[in-house]
Amino acid sequence: MESTILKSENFSAWFGENQVLKKINIEIPRNNIVAVMGPSGCGKTTFIRCVNRMHELTNDTHVEGTIFYTKNDIYKMDPIILRRFIGMVFQRPNPFPTMSIYQNVIAGYTLNGASLRKPEKDELVEDSLKKAALWDEVKDMLHRKGTFLSGGQQQRLCIARALAMKPEILLLDEPTSALDPISTAKIEELLFDLKKNYTLLIVTHNMQQAGRVSDKTAFFYLGELIEYNDTKEIFTNPKNEKTQNYITGRFG
Amino acid sequence: MQVSNTRQIKQLQFGELFFRKGLALSALLLGIILLSIFITILVASLPSIKAIGISFFYGKTWNPVENDFGGLPFLIGTLVTSILALIISVPFSISVGLFLGEYFTKGFLSVFFKNSIELLAAIPSVIYGFVGMFILVPFVRDLETSLSLPPYGVGIFTASIILSIMIIPYSVSLIRQVIMLVPSSLKEAAYSLGATRYEVIKNIIIPYTRSGIGAGILLSLGRALGETMAVTMLIGNSQILPTNIFAPSNTMASVIANEFTEATGDVYLSALIEMGLFLFVVTTIINVIGRQIIKRFSID
Repeated sequence: MESTILKSENFSAWFGENQVLKKINIEIPRNNIVAVMGPSGCGKTTFIRCVNRMHELTNDTHVEGTIFYTKNDIYKMDPIILRRFIGMVFQRPNPFPTMSIYQNVIAGYTLNGASLRKPEKDELVEDSLKKAALWDEVKDMLHRKGTFLSGGQQQRLCIARALAMKPEILLLDEPTSALDPISTAKIEELLFDLKKNYTLLIVTHNMQQAGRVSDKTAFFYLGELIEYNDTKEIFTNPKNEKTQNYITGRFG
Repeated sequence: MQVSNTRQIKQLQFGELFFRKGLALSALLLGIILLSIFITILVASLPSIKAIGISFFYGKTWNPVENDFGGLPFLIGTLVTSILALIISVPFSISVGLFLGEYFTKGFLSVFFKNSIELLAAIPSVIYGFVGMFILVPFVRDLETSLSLPPYGVGIFTASIILSIMIIPYSVSLIRQVIMLVPSSLKEAAYSLGATRYEVIKNIIIPYTRSGIGAGILLSLGRALGETMAVTMLIGNSQILPTNIFAPSNTMASVIANEFTEATGDVYLSALIEMGLFLFVVTTIINVIGRQIIKRFSID
């Protein structure tokens, strides 16, 4: 039996008066890729933003219920600490424009004021860029600005930046929606490799992508978790009518 | 209503054309005014430029009676007063800009603070002069006594303090705007890496807005260099090269305001105008550079 790394219990979230997540109960097993899919506005992005407590950075938001990271209630943890265990990659590649590729990778450390020695930094940069399958493409220009790279490379740089923090979980918020098909394929391939060492939670509204990369799929609709099962099950034998309608393209 | 006949259409077209030409003319007129001001000052400074030459910029004595017109004391006075005012005001401008641009962007109080700071720029200069005279001068005089300096009260230090308050609105409003322009995706990226708010400000917001903050400071320097009334009232109006920041002095603007009415003799008057020309050129250059930076900032 796989161990659970993340577990939500009756978790609800609000923007002002507007409830965007309704009593979500979900368990994420370690070293799995879990796809969170659903039509726009279904709360899937909000859900993963609650997992690393980014949701509360927006004014006038609140949550109820809890999420457990291993045995710890994340709403009792310091968000700063929590976010070091749970990395995040965003919809649009967002390397820091004032920093070089090298500096971007170790940004998590420099931001927190940690001082690493040069060999440590070099190793971390090489290691993270290799994990993000970007090393070969950028090893000769590590000190150029990260914003010179192509969109797909920038996104892999952002993945490297998140991996450099040595997280346990990686949250990916529609990581390929701003990218071309070739870059998308590269990132999907990469996700597959990352599974060995990390647990991945990926938001997507691209069903094919969910089908291709994930072990388990959660279908969200209007803030509710409609169905959660092995990806194969969801796509071949959905239990709920709404899921069925969504994957056959009747709405969404 | 339907515009059916051709006459009405012609009328409309004519009105449209007339309106556009009118606007163009107004714009052109302003350009001409700017140019004529420059030419007028230039022509009026010619006698002084011819008589004094380059020593206008390094001569240490300003003695109109002896026809000795060395402008260095005023150049130094202007520079020291403005830079001191910047040193005092910049930490406040950046703090207030961060507070209103990052921490406190919405709500009634935020608007109230923002407007009050902008209103600081609307207070007439002479009021600042009065406030300085009645509140600041006695205070500075006590300070000077306790430092066993000559207790003038007025001087560079006093003028700089008032000046620093006067220029704050100019840099705050620009700094606040560039800070609000920092893409939230960058801030979120930093937060997702476990950065605290202070770390986000220090390592993301400040580096990203560096040139914008620079432009804000530059524009307020432009204001400080040319500010006349309050400075004239508070700086002590001395012709002597200042030896410390408490000494009475004169800026280029204040010496013009002070001596213009009593300038007898062609060279004397012309020398004051040349001072104005120089001030005009310097502040124009500073403004152009500042605006260039802002333009570049808003593009990328």
